[in-house]
Amino acid sequence: MVGITGYGVYLPRLRLARAAIVDAHVWADPGLRSKAKGERTMCNWDEDSVTMGVEAARRLPHFDVPIGEQPSRALYFASTTAPFADRQNAAIVSTALSFPEDLATVDIGASQRAGTSALIQALAAVRGGTFEDAIVIASDKRRTRAASAGELAFGDGAAALRVGCDGVIATLRSVHTASVDFIDHFRGSAEEFDYGWEERWIRDEGLAKIVPPAVAKALAKAGTTAADVAHFIMPSTIARAVDGIAKTIGVPGKAVRDNLGEQCGETGVAHPLVMLAHALENHVRVGDIIVVVGFGQGCDVIVLEAMPALADHPKNGGVNAALANRQAETNYQKFLAFNDLIALEKGMRAERDDYKTALTVTYRRRDMLLGLVGGRCTKCGTLQFPRADVCVNPQCRATHTQEPHGFRDASAKVLTWSADYLTYTADPPSHYGMITFDEGGRFMTDFTDVNVGDVEVGMAVHLVFRIKSIDHQRGFVRYFWKAVPARIAHA
Amino acid sequence: MARGIKDKVAILGMGCSKFGERWESGAEELIVEAFSEAIGDAGIDVSEIDAAWFSTHYEEINVGKGGLPLSITLRLPNIAVTRVENFCASGSEAFRGAVYAVASGACDIALAVGVEKLKDTGYGGLPGGLGGTLTPQWSANGSAPGNFAQLASAYRAKHRVNRDDLKRAIAHVSVKSHANGAKNPKAHLRKAITEADALNAPMIAEPLGLFDCCGVSDGAAAAIVTTPEIARRLGKHNIVSVKALQLSLSNGSESGHNGWDGSYFHTARIAAAKAYKEAGIDRPRDQVSMFECHDCFSITELVTMEDLQLSPEGGAIKDVMDGFYDADGQIPCQIDGGLKCFGHPIGASGIRMLYEMYLQLQGRAGNRQLASPSIGMTHNLGGSPMSNVAAVCIVGALD
Repeated sequence: MVGITGYGVYLPRLRLARAAIVDAHVWADPGLRSKAKGERTMCNWDEDSVTMGVEAARRLPHFDVPIGEQPSRALYFASTTAPFADRQNAAIVSTALSFPEDLATVDIGASQRAGTSALIQALAAVRGGTFEDAIVIASDKRRTRAASAGELAFGDGAAALRVGCDGVIATLRSVHTASVDFIDHFRGSAEEFDYGWEERWIRDEGLAKIVPPAVAKALAKAGTTAADVAHFIMPSTIARAVDGIAKTIGVPGKAVRDNLGEQCGETGVAHPLVMLAHALENHVRVGDIIVVVGFGQGCDVIVLEAMPALADHPKNGGVNAALANRQAETNYQKFLAFNDLIALEKGMRAERDDYKTALTVTYRRRDMLLGLVGGRCTKCGTLQFPRADVCVNPQCRATHTQEPHGFRDASAKVLTWSADYLTYTADPPSHYGMITFDEGGRFMTDFTDVNVGDVEVGMAVHLVFRIKSIDHQRGFVRYFWKAVPARIAHA
Repeated sequence: MARGIKDKVAILGMGCSKFGERWESGAEELIVEAFSEAIGDAGIDVSEIDAAWFSTHYEEINVGKGGLPLSITLRLPNIAVTRVENFCASGSEAFRGAVYAVASGACDIALAVGVEKLKDTGYGGLPGGLGGTLTPQWSANGSAPGNFAQLASAYRAKHRVNRDDLKRAIAHVSVKSHANGAKNPKAHLRKAITEADALNAPMIAEPLGLFDCCGVSDGAAAAIVTTPEIARRLGKHNIVSVKALQLSLSNGSESGHNGWDGSYFHTARIAAAKAYKEAGIDRPRDQVSMFECHDCFSITELVTMEDLQLSPEGGAIKDVMDGFYDADGQIPCQIDGGLKCFGHPIGASGIRMLYEMYLQLQGRAGNRQLASPSIGMTHNLGGSPMSNVAAVCIVGALD
């Protein structure tokens, strides 16, 4: 039996009120007034689809416990907004997660159904026996023009699903894909923004004509009927389009699942998986038939059936927790600044980020920089970061005694801190300080997702994977780990 | 145990440029200004200098690498010139090189010159940036004020001091230095300030406001050293000699090992203890007449009072508020204005501190002259609280 064995979802903590977006643009487009409802997820300046993908995977139960003695594993990373066009993003994610190097990593993109397509590939590979275990991560931070429809409708977010044969919570019944070069929108390789066509045409000629036959074929392969579908999961930013499709197919209206438009917005390729996780967490009962649709140049349809193990799935890494970890943001200007949508005066101090990254160093210390792996002295037991040839314990100083030790999930507290208005950061003041790990080890690091007044000595912190800095001149993104208050982290 | 250098080396002459925003001058002009005063004070010819040590920190701006900029600027007679760099303690390193050369007998007369031309950056504050190829990829992208401000968070937690009391004490540190700097014609910042000015200044890095941060200045300072015998032979009286010169460097334990609590300078304590021993001082609070602290930030000065054993542990706030370190207090500190107001041209600062101690010991400090100082101390610090270079130098009248 092949199926989904776990889910994890990450949504950025910031929630931009749509009213703030509308207030900024309504002078030019009075029609926006009706769209001022709810809020959308919004990345901090140091988040992108890779960092969100890492955080989503960390919310998968036991994600770092491989299956079997000699694990055969694959990691699929789906995104249309991957930071690197030629440097495998999945490999960044797997290194950040400290996965062993005996691992198949794959990037999938170029369509809004990349998330469901990655899931189909993972299910097929595990069912076919190529891999025992696969992790599918879908993540998007879609860049939109100011005052565009997407700016209001989209959100940023990521979902991770684990695929395997043991502990299946939703078993695979069937899949079907229709491949149709229907261009509801497109983005040329060198372009920053999408170019889209009229919604009514997308709804009537695209969604309404491409999705129903594909769903019907998938249901037929599964040996079930539309009337038996308990959960119909399909994102669309077009109001009531999915209700119409469900009706056409014969899926009961009550099976159409919430697209989280009010609280989150559509998270691109992640969204079918985010909605699936939301349904599994809140609505699905054992035996339920679930249909997941990903639309884009045709559509993917995945038919699943909920299994008894669903009841045992932890709840703390799902959509509910992600939605609850929320900070309201009403400053639209901040959204523009974080997304580099305005030419902001950053000052000369910002120029220091544009230094050349020594790729030789980045590679040599990849477990340290991406995986937060330090050292443990085998002579005195002292934990230390970074790992070094000579033990940092002044009473030890042993040479060549250290073995790798991961700090990513260790408990830590703030020893010293400041909120610095001089150092350049996209989100001043720059909070940073020394954190000490309860079991030993310390280092000075940036804090993120904090507000003035949040940080104090002794405060418990967790570590999160974020953008350290960006070399805009060469287009290189540097990643590292930052501290967030434990009270707002739920990793 | 090494015998140390107490009284083996005498200061023959010193010089210091005017510090400040020297828009009209490059590093070369500043070097000439300081050196001309020093060699005039020493009363020797440039041909009598056997070797030189030259300190600068930033090579991206300023004069670049190597000893050549000093040799070329002063047209030195093809002698050895060594460039030294040890963060903001670079000036003390240049002095140490010259002093050790004389103490060893390798040189009769040696020169130390420090310079920094900081105001060619195009913005306020020090240039940022972390050195090397690995560190910038992971270490927090901090500024100097942000790094030193962290002392305050840990000092407050350790000694259970509320924010307002600490703010007021560090404000007093700056008020005192401004009062002193106002009297010094070579100082960069020459305006007295009030406690309210300091408390209400714009925030730079919590809890440090603008007046908690030292000046970013252009400037140069120079010292010419020799043996006491040669100094006497050259007709010098009232000779000032080096009593102790010690450096201590972090080895990563503060930043990487859970022993240090973040509220003090581990290295300053070690350097001070060694320096007192070298100088034969066992009751520093009673024996030190005056000192120049590396007051890059007010909080640095406050915690350093304890590291140097001048204030008891946890007692610096009381001493500061009691005026113990004021110009009319028991141990005047930053009588020349300190980094805070004299200014902080990085490569020059360690030598600038000695310049003031030297003038005071010779009774040549003008309207800021102290009554009868006998022991002067300098504390020159480079780096950040969690990883640094601490230099402590003690000078006094030659016995």
